[in-house]
Amino acid sequence: MSVMTLTPSDLAMASVLVISLAGISIYLRLGLAKRIFIAATRTVIQLLLIGLVLKTLFAQTQFIWVALLAALMLLIAGREVMARQQRRFGGLWGYGLGTMSMFVSSFSLTVYALIVVVGTEPWYTPQYAIPLLGMMLGNTMTGVALALDKLTTTAWQQRNIIEARLILGQDWRMAIGDITRDSVRIGMIPMINAMAAAGIVSLPGMMTGQILSGTDPLEAVKYQILIMFMVTAGTGFAAILATWIGAKHLFDERQRLRLERLQQQT
Amino acid sequence: MTRIRLEDFTVDSLKPLNLVVSNEIVCLSGPSGSGKSLLLRAIADLIDHQGEAYLGDDICSEISPVQWRKRVGFLPAESAWWRDKVGDHFQAKDEHYLQQLNLSAECFSWDITRCSTGEKQRLAIARLLEQKPEVLLLDEPTASLDPESVLSVESLIKTYAAEKRVPVIWVSHNPQQIKRIANRHFEIKQCAIIEVAL
Repeated sequence: MSVMTLTPSDLAMASVLVISLAGISIYLRLGLAKRIFIAATRTVIQLLLIGLVLKTLFAQTQFIWVALLAALMLLIAGREVMARQQRRFGGLWGYGLGTMSMFVSSFSLTVYALIVVVGTEPWYTPQYAIPLLGMMLGNTMTGVALALDKLTTTAWQQRNIIEARLILGQDWRMAIGDITRDSVRIGMIPMINAMAAAGIVSLPGMMTGQILSGTDPLEAVKYQILIMFMVTAGTGFAAILATWIGAKHLFDERQRLRLERLQQQT
Repeated sequence: MTRIRLEDFTVDSLKPLNLVVSNEIVCLSGPSGSGKSLLLRAIADLIDHQGEAYLGDDICSEISPVQWRKRVGFLPAESAWWRDKVGDHFQAKDEHYLQQLNLSAECFSWDITRCSTGEKQRLAIARLLEQKPEVLLLDEPTASLDPESVLSVESLIKTYAAEKRVPVIWVSHNPQQIKRIANRHFEIKQCAIIEVAL
């Protein structure tokens, strides 16, 4: 089995679908036609570019280039986490908290998977390292963003309760404990649900891709299981880490609630 | 007997305050926004402040904030509740204070959402006293209460203060109430806290 290569005219046929969707959008006055065109064009350009980057990268297996691309991916994911929060920490914390949690969790788990589980030689072989890291970051990003958003918005809404608990002599961990638990849970649940639904409700994208490219379905399934475990663990650890450090930073050294460290996104 | 001593104590725009409160009830009044609540919150070490607060020989900044807040009983103007049942907010579930506030042990099984503002306020007072604080900082504790409950809160606080020999700082707007309870009366005027005659 091998993959059927797509020609530019094949893709042009596919683009007819999107163009007709835009046409209907104009007819229904949804005001989305322009956005559909821009988004579709971005997809083409961005994916072609990353395809070229990966092709070049795969041709040489140099650590420095793999590391650079990984760092770039992390920084973009960090920006995304920050953008998805209604109230976030001001200054460097706003960007650093999510980025650092994703770095610690995604990078260490990807390295673990590459060295211990997959065992590629060298371990940073880009064909494995980059897609694995990409999937880790993509999901971890969602988990961390959900958890931090829940933490900061709930702390803001329930500041009276947090202070009332401090007043009665609870320490900061206890005073904000219900909120941190909820936040971590919210961050972890999407991945737990995805594990439970995998293969029944949804065919995971990576597995589908491997099967399309001619891999034996059972081999594809094994990789998918590896990915599911990695991503769930990675998302969970990152959500716990980000929530814990974030919650701690909502208090100062005298355990006073410092909500002014948050800023409303404009 | 514990006394609370404030030394060059300032918060926000208030002028530095030097005050010693022993076993007595000190009333504090002043227009809204003059900083009464801020001052109490600062003494409870909930917000940043300058100067130092002493509880007996202990310095606020040198003991753990958790210890400090347990010993300094602060009652905010609005009570907050985080569990479904009233009783889950009490550690000892001591009926003693409830009875003096015309409530019974039955309250512990109530849903907090079904309590009126006045009931919540009285429950908050019982919850605070149960912790046996060594100082009381009360921010308009009777503002939401009916006249009968106002009197029972006043007598409960007076009894507690006398028995445990604790200092009380009581924010009140009601001149009659101040007459009934205060040993001393302070007013905040133009950011300064000055003693006025009773």
